[in-house]
Amino acid sequence: MSSSNEATVAVVAKVIQKFSDVAGGLLPLLHEIQAKIGFIPKDCVPQIARGMGLSRAEVHGVISFYHDFHDQPRGEKTIHLCRAEACQAMGSRNLERHVKRRLGIDYGDTTPDGRFSLEPVYCLGNCACSPSIRIDDDVHARVDAARFDELLDGI
Amino acid sequence: MLKVFVPADTTACALGADAVAEEIALQARNRDMDISLVRNGSRGAFWLEPLVEVEAEGERYAFGPVSAGDIAGLLEAGFPAQCEHALFLGKLTDIEWLARQDRLTFNRAGQVDPLSLDDYKQHGGYEGLNKALDMSPAEIVDAVTESGLRGRGGAAFPTGIKWRTVLDAPANKKYVTANADEGDSGTYADRLLMEADPFQLIEGMTICAMAVGATEGYIYLRSEYPKALGVLQQAIRSAEKANLLGKNICASGRDFKLHIRVGAGAYICGEETSMLESLEGKRGLVRFKPPLPAIEGLFGKPTVVNNVLTLAAVSTVLAKGAAYYRDYGSGRSRGTLSVQLAGNIRRGGLVEVPFGASLRELVEDFGGGTASGRPVRAIQVGGPLGAYLPASQWDTPLDYEAFSAVGAMLGHGGVVVFDDSVDMLEQARFAMEFCAVESCGKCTPCRIGSVRGVEIIDKIAGNENRSANLELLEDLCETLDAGSLCAMGGLTPMPVRSAVKYFPQDFARNNEAES
Repeated sequence: MSSSNEATVAVVAKVIQKFSDVAGGLLPLLHEIQAKIGFIPKDCVPQIARGMGLSRAEVHGVISFYHDFHDQPRGEKTIHLCRAEACQAMGSRNLERHVKRRLGIDYGDTTPDGRFSLEPVYCLGNCACSPSIRIDDDVHARVDAARFDELLDGI
Repeated sequence: MLKVFVPADTTACALGADAVAEEIALQARNRDMDISLVRNGSRGAFWLEPLVEVEAEGERYAFGPVSAGDIAGLLEAGFPAQCEHALFLGKLTDIEWLARQDRLTFNRAGQVDPLSLDDYKQHGGYEGLNKALDMSPAEIVDAVTESGLRGRGGAAFPTGIKWRTVLDAPANKKYVTANADEGDSGTYADRLLMEADPFQLIEGMTICAMAVGATEGYIYLRSEYPKALGVLQQAIRSAEKANLLGKNICASGRDFKLHIRVGAGAYICGEETSMLESLEGKRGLVRFKPPLPAIEGLFGKPTVVNNVLTLAAVSTVLAKGAAYYRDYGSGRSRGTLSVQLAGNIRRGGLVEVPFGASLRELVEDFGGGTASGRPVRAIQVGGPLGAYLPASQWDTPLDYEAFSAVGAMLGHGGVVVFDDSVDMLEQARFAMEFCAVESCGKCTPCRIGSVRGVEIIDKIAGNENRSANLELLEDLCETLDAGSLCAMGGLTPMPVRSAVKYFPQDFARNNEAES
């Protein structure tokens, strides 16, 4: 992968400049790089490490620890499906089967057309109106298979 | 001009509140009606969301649950005045579900514009800080101690004692941190508060800073809460402009700089030492204790780590006095508990009541039973690490010690209801699976034991040496319980054991096939 082209290097350099003096700034830095580029290219790790005064292992360790960070390109939209107990109590296991079948992918995958990535999430804080899914930043309540199809068709 | 309120809360919006607000604005323009649309927070009556309110003659009238398609009909019927319409609920104060609660922490939620500092102050906001600024640090800590307030994140540690430790720790720098990594399934009280009444958290943190001598604070907010982030950012800016944060707060000579840090989707970062690691920009690995965070916390400095609701409650304690707060509650659990009714529940939402009410009262009286209409079979209290309670335990009073006595825990107050279609073996399996996914990996029993737990439960489901595997599962639970540094590994056995103990029939299917 040669995503570390000049444009990427410039974006990362700018973000590093913003956070290099911030105490414990690696998380906000990674969030911002991901927001700007869509993911955190592996090739950027040495640049981030140098800029933040960390080892490459430390940077890689943080990226790989947190579920939110990805080192591969993502779909145009990310669908988070809640797998936690409150949603289970309202039938999320059935919804999960439907969503995977409809999208034709499993958790962590992206549809071949690059439109959707599917991720599990453990609680969206919408537990009084389960099951819940989140499409990018929008949470949807009381989602069953029919409602999911409606939402997907509306995108 | 009439004020119309449509919540901008996550759940309200997940149910269509944005479309409702847009439709009201559009129809009002078309009809030349002079209204002012306020995006308030939610009252927490999520079963009525989107709950639209209209202010007239000093009263609030409620309509709900409203969808965008209802607006034209509502206007025909006379909305926004009181009118004959199926969605008209009467005066807000007449909604029994809300009226029966004792709201200390959530009294402003839904009432005010979350982004208006003036609104906050007009409804009692910053009275607590004003009093605190006239008190010595020790006096503030004493008030919190006397109130009996205990940590609302789940561990229920006495807040005053924690603050005293930080106050007494000599250091050139101290921190206050709010744990807003509300990861427990079935909980949303922190989110609701931050979206509906963000200044209360800011005020509580500022009081804490004055009490312990901290000059910097962090709110560690989970990334799953983007709306709360937006509200908090704006609220912090307003507080800074009004000199309620920053340098020389209210000319007191004291500084308090408040930051927000967003997590990155790791449940374990709700554990206090893991949260501190994450704030330092590291992997969220749990730390050994001691040293306690109160002695060596963030960046090695004395640090208060409190849950959002704990810090928020401090504003009430200071404004109304320790005795006022302590007078609510039962036994050693003082004040109010914010119960979050969730899962398969007819009237789900936030119920703030004094400690001591029974679980049954909450689920049946407030909750109205299941959403599916089927009988309740199990209730999980306290999040994914909490026990599944069978019917025989539903009369347990909501009180830290009473729950502990039956092998359960109140945790952060999440109550997840399951009807009789639940398979408790699946739930036990999920508890182990969740632990495997979210373990930070530091302790072997948690990291590997959870994976083995899933495998053992699968064998039990497949009727493979069932009794031997049930024994092995109990043995594994004991190892996790005794051999883990933090509550993740230590408490994962709680849901598993309660499922096995109280719902044994779910672990004995295909019994006839057992050889």
